[in-house]
Amino acid sequence: MEPLMAVLVGITFATAVYMMLRRSIVKLIIGLTLLSNAANLLFFTASGLTRGAPPIIPEGAEQPAGAVADPLPQALILTAIVISFGVLAFALVLIRKAYQVVQADDLDQMKDTDT
Amino acid sequence: MLAAVLSGFCLAALVPWLQPRLGARAGWLFALLPAGLTAYFATFLPAVAAGETFRVSYPWVPGLDLELAFYLDGLALLFALLISGIGALVTLYASDYLAGDARQPRFYVLILAFMASMLGLVLSDNLIALFIFWELTSITSYLLIGYDHEAAFARRAALQGLVVTVGGGLALLAGFLLLGTVGGSYTLTELLQHGEAIRAHDYYLPLLLLVLAGAFTKSAQVPFHFWLPNAMAAPTPVSAYLHSATMVKAGVYLLARLHPALGGTEAWILLCSLFGGVTMLTGAYLAVRSTGIKWVLAYSTVMALGTLTMLAGIGTEKAMIAFGAFLLGHSLYKGALFLVAGALDHEAGTKDILEMGGLRRAMPITAVLAAVSALSLAGLPPLFGFIGKELMLGAVLNAPFLAPLLTAMAVATGALVVAAAGAVAVRPFFGPPARTPKTPHEAPWGMLAGPALLSALSLLFGLAPGLPGEGLISATAASLAGEPVHAHLALWHGLNLPLALSALAVAAGVLLYSQWGRVRGAMNRLEALDARGPEAGYERLMAATTRLAERLTRILQNGYLRSYITTTVLTLVGLVGYTLLTRYEGGFAGGLDVRFYEWVIAGLLVAAALFACSTRSRLGAVASVGVVGFAVALFFILFSAPDLSITQILVETLTVILLVLVLFKLPDFMSFSTPRQRLRDGAVAGLLGVLVTALLLIAVHYQFAEPISAYHLAKSVPLAHGHNVVNVIIVDYRALDTLGEIFVVALAAIGVYAMIKYPGGPGHRTDEDESAV
Repeated sequence: MEPLMAVLVGITFATAVYMMLRRSIVKLIIGLTLLSNAANLLFFTASGLTRGAPPIIPEGAEQPAGAVADPLPQALILTAIVISFGVLAFALVLIRKAYQVVQADDLDQMKDTDT
Repeated sequence: MLAAVLSGFCLAALVPWLQPRLGARAGWLFALLPAGLTAYFATFLPAVAAGETFRVSYPWVPGLDLELAFYLDGLALLFALLISGIGALVTLYASDYLAGDARQPRFYVLILAFMASMLGLVLSDNLIALFIFWELTSITSYLLIGYDHEAAFARRAALQGLVVTVGGGLALLAGFLLLGTVGGSYTLTELLQHGEAIRAHDYYLPLLLLVLAGAFTKSAQVPFHFWLPNAMAAPTPVSAYLHSATMVKAGVYLLARLHPALGGTEAWILLCSLFGGVTMLTGAYLAVRSTGIKWVLAYSTVMALGTLTMLAGIGTEKAMIAFGAFLLGHSLYKGALFLVAGALDHEAGTKDILEMGGLRRAMPITAVLAAVSALSLAGLPPLFGFIGKELMLGAVLNAPFLAPLLTAMAVATGALVVAAAGAVAVRPFFGPPARTPKTPHEAPWGMLAGPALLSALSLLFGLAPGLPGEGLISATAASLAGEPVHAHLALWHGLNLPLALSALAVAAGVLLYSQWGRVRGAMNRLEALDARGPEAGYERLMAATTRLAERLTRILQNGYLRSYITTTVLTLVGLVGYTLLTRYEGGFAGGLDVRFYEWVIAGLLVAAALFACSTRSRLGAVASVGVVGFAVALFFILFSAPDLSITQILVETLTVILLVLVLFKLPDFMSFSTPRQRLRDGAVAGLLGVLVTALLLIAVHYQFAEPISAYHLAKSVPLAHGHNVVNVIIVDYRALDTLGEIFVVALAAIGVYAMIKYPGGPGHRTDEDESAV
């Protein structure tokens, strides 16, 4: 399964960077969203994929029954998802504000601090 | 000895607090410290004169082979006495010279810090510690030259001095590291024992060149001499102290200190005596050309530094004795002359010799002090400067290489220096009275005490040369030689060649001085050469550096986001990809065990991602980003991460809502790019995608360490009483991390709120707050 996931991650990264290379600021946002998904998926795959064995200990037991998925990467990704959402919300509003000021969708017109 | 070095720094730190409490006479109190240090170092005199040396050491950074070790021998003691003694006089002098200046505390802080650094420099027995003190003197010198920081020329001069000396310092550091490697130790006293091995080593020549670069820049040797006269922008006490008596001698000190380890080879003798000789003559020549009294003195300092370098280069026993005598003599008369120049400037209001005349009536004591010290500068008996010069001529005549050339240069220098001494001590005080900007009157005693004491010492040591000669000068020469030396200094050596050459130089000098105006006129005609001189070269180098920096900034920081991303991605792909292709020999993850529904989700994800890139509809793009997010959530659930899946679904939903709400306020997609640009960007993005895939395949293939989550799984229920291990990690094992995360999200929320709310703008509801965790 991992090779397929690796290809998926590669494609998502490529589409994200492609979108971030556009001049339109709206496309930049789309690119950012794709990038955070790609990064999370990358980390998830790198930590190893396990089917149908969530790291949950059954009621009454002290230890998990058999091998389960690694819980630590999951905790880290959970944090990453939430943070990237915060960043996205901030970037989105920032861009909206910038658009109100500059009145242009073109990143090339925002290259100086004077505009 | 540690306390002796550090006390200067401590007092410097207290000055801003003490000064306002002590008022105008604070300088007198501050002068007590250097005076006390002088007395402390003087107690070592009998022992050092008897050939003893002292060494104390304190560990500093043992891991780096760095210790705070101090070593006191003749050379170090001579310097330590000069530094603390002249330091005391200068501090006392400054309290009158700078009276009423609001920046006085800054002056005392810097001058005391400088004194401590300089003491550390000459006493250090560790190369690295020596280097640190060396750079500290450069920095304090920079701040002192730029004391009058509102004047553009002072700032320029300060920067010039800093760039030249610190540039040389960089070379010196490299030289020290090489020396430490070659000699097997960073301790000076040990290195001095291994001179033979160091000189025979393959790295000897590069090492020597680097060390000389450091010493020559610090001691203003041609072609780096130009920074020293410009440093005269500093207040006169600073010029007297740093730029004639102490700091500029650090380079010469280093040459003398390392002489037993590095000296005596053909390269050493030729480089030092040639550079020194040329510097000596150039300094004397330029001194006669100048009319600013501080410039004349600065150039004659360049002359003296050249002479000392030459003597360190010649390296015979005679030269070593001459080195000690000349060094002491120069510090005494030059310090006094600078302080006199400061008094003239302070009381008559001008620094230009041509504007002065007949001042002996108004300033009789100053006139006498100037005359005594100038006679010592000119090298006339019975002053100590005469003895130094005679010894120097004797050493030059017996130099192992180039003796005739060096002798000719020394005699020419002698003549020019006599003329310069006349310009400093005769012209301002004799002749018809000139109208000076201020009505001249005698300086206050605080400003006379320094030059008086120094001039008296010049005279005393001249009349009784055995006083410094038997002890200090012999011990200094012994430090250079690395073996005991006995110096016998005397005023009268009988009729010999050096005396004849001296007489010739004095006669020529008197003649030169009598025709000073015409001589200067002739010299000024050659001034056009300055445009091709080293200072012009320095200016061009600085201008070229600025231009290069501007050009690089324009290329690298051009304001286009896509160019930054492209550069970053291509660098990453280039470096990592190259390493992978050429170095990587391991395997990649294999095993394509994919179920049918997983193929479907994967296809969905790829299709949605590609559609998001190519669609012209904003809503379509947002929707397909949502599809990508949900596909990721499905993968999370399939591969045992239900918590991730829930969070992802919540966040993805919110993201899509947010995008739709805000996009409504943003313009339609525009197409700014040509197909060619899209192809290029596609290639860049594709390369990154391939690289990420390759890296991920490698990362999955290897597992270097056991996951630490075994502990988390085992202890989750017993310790944290939680059955969902992911949740336990978040709220328990890594609770502080989670707190940080909440903080970040809260900060983002505040930022969003502020941007929407202010200034004015119609409020727009964004549901960005969430509590997914």
